[in-house]
Formats: sequence, C-alpha cells, structure tokens
Amino acid sequence: MYSEKVMDHFSNPRNVGEINDADGVGQVGNPKCGDIMKMYLKIEDNVIVDAKFKTFGCGAAVATSSMATELVKGKTVDEALKITNQAVAEALDGLPPVKMHCSNLAEEAIRAAIDDYKKKNGLQEEGSECEGCCNKCEDIHRIYDEEE
Amino acid sequence: MSDRMIYFDHAATTPVRTEVVEAMLPYFTQKYGNPSSIYTIGRESKKAIEEARETVAKVIGAQSREIFFTGSGTEADNWAIKGVAYANRQKGKHIITTAIEHHAVIHTCQYLESEGFEVTYLPVDADGLVTAEQVRAAIRPDTILISVMFANNEIGTIQPIAEIGKVAKEKGIYFHTDAVQAMGNLNINVEELNVDMLSMSSHKFYGPKGIGALYVRKGVKMTSFMHGGAQERGRRASTENVAAIVGLAKALEIASENMEQYNRKLISLRDRTIEEIQKKVPFIKLNGHREKRLPGNVNFSFEFIEGESLLLMLDMKGIAASSGSACTSGSLDPSHVLLAIGLPHEIAHGSLRITFGEDNSDADVDYLMEVLPPIVQRLREMSPLYEAYCKKK
Repeated sequence: MYSEKVMDHFSNPRNVGEINDADGVGQVGNPKCGDIMKMYLKIEDNVIVDAKFKTFGCGAAVATSSMATELVKGKTVDEALKITNQAVAEALDGLPPVKMHCSNLAEEAIRAAIDDYKKKNGLQEEGSECEGCCNKCEDIHRIYDEEE
Repeated sequence: MSDRMIYFDHAATTPVRTEVVEAMLPYFTQKYGNPSSIYTIGRESKKAIEEARETVAKVIGAQSREIFFTGSGTEADNWAIKGVAYANRQKGKHIITTAIEHHAVIHTCQYLESEGFEVTYLPVDADGLVTAEQVRAAIRPDTILISVMFANNEIGTIQPIAEIGKVAKEKGIYFHTDAVQAMGNLNINVEELNVDMLSMSSHKFYGPKGIGALYVRKGVKMTSFMHGGAQERGRRASTENVAAIVGLAKALEIASENMEQYNRKLISLRDRTIEEIQKKVPFIKLNGHREKRLPGNVNFSFEFIEGESLLLMLDMKGIAASSGSACTSGSLDPSHVLLAIGLPHEIAHGSLRITFGEDNSDADVDYLMEVLPPIVQRLREMSPLYEAYCKKK
C-alpha cells in the first residue's frame, strides 16, 4: 500500500533526532489520534541549514517527517513556508488516501517550527501567527475527510 | 526485506491443512452434483453435507439438525442476532451484549438500534471480563437475547460462558455466543454451557475461508436468513458450498482430535513470549487476562510507539503480526476493545497482537525476541513522547 519511496524513508528515515541549540522547534499532532511530529530547525541568515525530527506515528507519518526535513534543508524561511502537504506527498511518490493527513501534519510541523523561530527572533508580523499548528489531530483528519 | 516468513497472526486466519484440501478436492471436479438433485451424484453431495453436519454437531455436543452452514462467521453472527430479534419483536426489543464484541456483533446490534431495538453494551473490567452478575442485572422484562463472545479476538480473554448460560436459561432468554476465536482452541459443549446459538468460522481452525456455521438449539424462534430454496431446512437458501462444508468439518474434526496437544504447544509458546517480553522490554502492558486467555494469544501495548510502525518494522524482518492502532483499523480511533479495557488512546495505538498456531515453534519465539526489543527501542528513540518522558525524568 506504500510506495517504495515511503518505505525507504520509513525504514531509513533521514534526519532523526534533536538539535540542542535549535533556532525553531515545532510540535504538532495529538497522541490521542496516534501521530505527533516534532521538528527542529537550525537557521542561519534566514536559511535553514539543518533540520531534525522526532515522530510518534505510523509509517506514513515517519516517512513524511523524514521527507519534510529533507525538503526544508537549504531553503530560506520563506521558501520553506511555501512547502505544501501535496509537495511532501508527491516527493514520496504519493500516499494512500487514508494517510494524506500525515502530509498535513508534516506541513504544519514546518510552519510550527518556523513560527517558533520567528517568535524567538521578533520577526513575527502582526496577525501572521500560525493557526494550523495548534490543531488537534482530529481537526487534521477532518480537513482531509472534507476534502475527500 | 527478509527471506524469513514467520506467521504470528493465526487469529486473523490460518493456512488450510493439507488433509483438509485433499478432503475437499473431489467435490470440485468429480463429485460436483447439486445436493438438491435427486440423481446419484447429487445425492453424493447431499450425503457429504449431512456427514459434515453430523461431525460438527458431535464436536459441540449438538444434534445434527441444529447445525446450519453459513457463508462466514460474520454471517452466522448477523443471522443469530437479527433472526432472533425479528422473530421475537412482539415479545420484546431489548438485547444485551458487551462492549468488546467483534464488529460482526456490535455493528449488527447498532443496525438493530436503528430499527427500534434497544441494546445494552456491558462494560468489561481491565482484563476484558464481563460477569454473569452484570448480565443478570441488565436483564429487563423485554430482553429477548443475550450475546456474549466466547473469547476475544484481540486480547484473548475467555468469558464465563457457562455462568452466563445458567443465568440465561434461568430467565428463559436466548443466549448466543460468537465462538469464532474459540472453536478449535477450546472444548465447547453447548449442552453443558446452556448456549442456544453459537457462531463459528472455518478459516480460524485450518479450514477454508468463506464457510462458517451457526448452531441453533431446537425450538429457538428465529427468522430465515435467505429466501429462495429449501437448503438448510429452508432457513438459509443457497446452493450449498459442498467442498467448503466438507473442509470445515474435516478441519474441525482434526482440531478436536488434536486439541490437547495443540493447546499444550500454544500455551507454552504464549507463556514464554509473555514472560520474555516482560523481562526484556520496559514500559509495556499485557492486555487481556493472564490466565483466562486463548492458548495462542499474546497482546502487549508498548508505550511511546505506534502500532503500524511496529508492524512494518516486524514485517521487514519477516514477521507477520497485528495491531489495534487506528492506522491499522482504518478509522480515527484505536481498537474499541483496547479502549473498553481502559487503555488511554496513545497506549492503545501502540499495541501488538501475536497469535500462535500449528506452524510456529520455539525457534520462532527466539527470533522474535531477537528482533522485537531493538525495533521497540529504535521506534522509541524516534518518538517525541519518549523524549518528553525521558526529559521529565
């Protein structure tokens, strides 16, 4: 049911771990529904120079976390913010429909980590707070269900 | 990927025994007559079905006229519950069951609720047990049916069926038990247990898929399941699946003859696995009753990790097992059984079910114990929940 690329990123996840002096840390998801993603970003001169993650969740959750960290590395903060859940899913050669919410989680984890970075550095523009990242998993699932 | 294939999911299904396949084969190509036909090859098929019925009846202490073949265990459950409900709705509209039944029972009961019936879903204790006293207390003047599973498919807990049967008999209420997981594993006598209806499924005891049976005590008032023929005494029309019926009976006969030896083997594998996991892996919980438990069932929750990831990693090592996580249940929630025994969602998501069978050996358990602890550790090291726990400590 998973693509080879998903299985590759699941069995050999890239960038697992923590960054002790991370510039931005974001955690999204909810243990209740079975997936939590925590993303650590190291940002220098507005460029993401390193990214690490920890994830509690299914195969797709681990693979999307791994892919999301790969995608953000080397990007500027603004570029990283443009990464959509579809982009993460496509980079993995697609996800089964029931697992698409995991890619939402990855997109939100990136946003939450960048949001944290902006807050810490006083870069937050008025009204630009990330609203999605505090969503409970149920909401993420619901968004997906409605899209379907 | 691993070259090894160790099958630890016998509660999901079992391989068909060679002897069973051999018994079935003639009914595809040589003895293919329709059992309803009057000529010789039709009569041969009829005879095979009646012999199979006799075999099944003997195993559970019933009369052969009380055995009805169905398309599956799910069908047997559906028929027992809807059949009794519809035929007795003048008498009452109340049904008693438990919160941990298989979906074949729970969803059927929910359907009946939409039809105006009322259902009590008895809660279970932390081991997954319901008591006869709970059943007694739930009985109302309009109760028409009690349905309690013999043994649970996920956590393996065996219910006090004899005690519940006694209460049902005393109160004159029909008693159905879904024995899909118990058949072939436990000695079952419908007379001693005061069971009025019992469901079974062939592929759980090394028979073919697509065939089950429902025992219905003589005199139980219930509607027919299918209309359109005189098969199964007019109660379940359809040309009989002769080969599968023969296969079911053969498989049950073998299971019944070998039960003692089979159980001894499974219990030994089960107990060893439970003890070793408890010894080698921290932050775990055994789900289900420690003793009142199916011989081949092991079910653990591993804290801080999610079940599907665990299954995928085991699969990469050539081990086939099962989990009650939401990801594998295809819904938002983890297994209703694990929630009913009081597990928080996040712990229910991290469950692993191992169900042993004929083809397993101590070497398989050796291998499991070699690969499981590092996989659990690896997933924990990836888990933000574990990180949070470690930092708190």
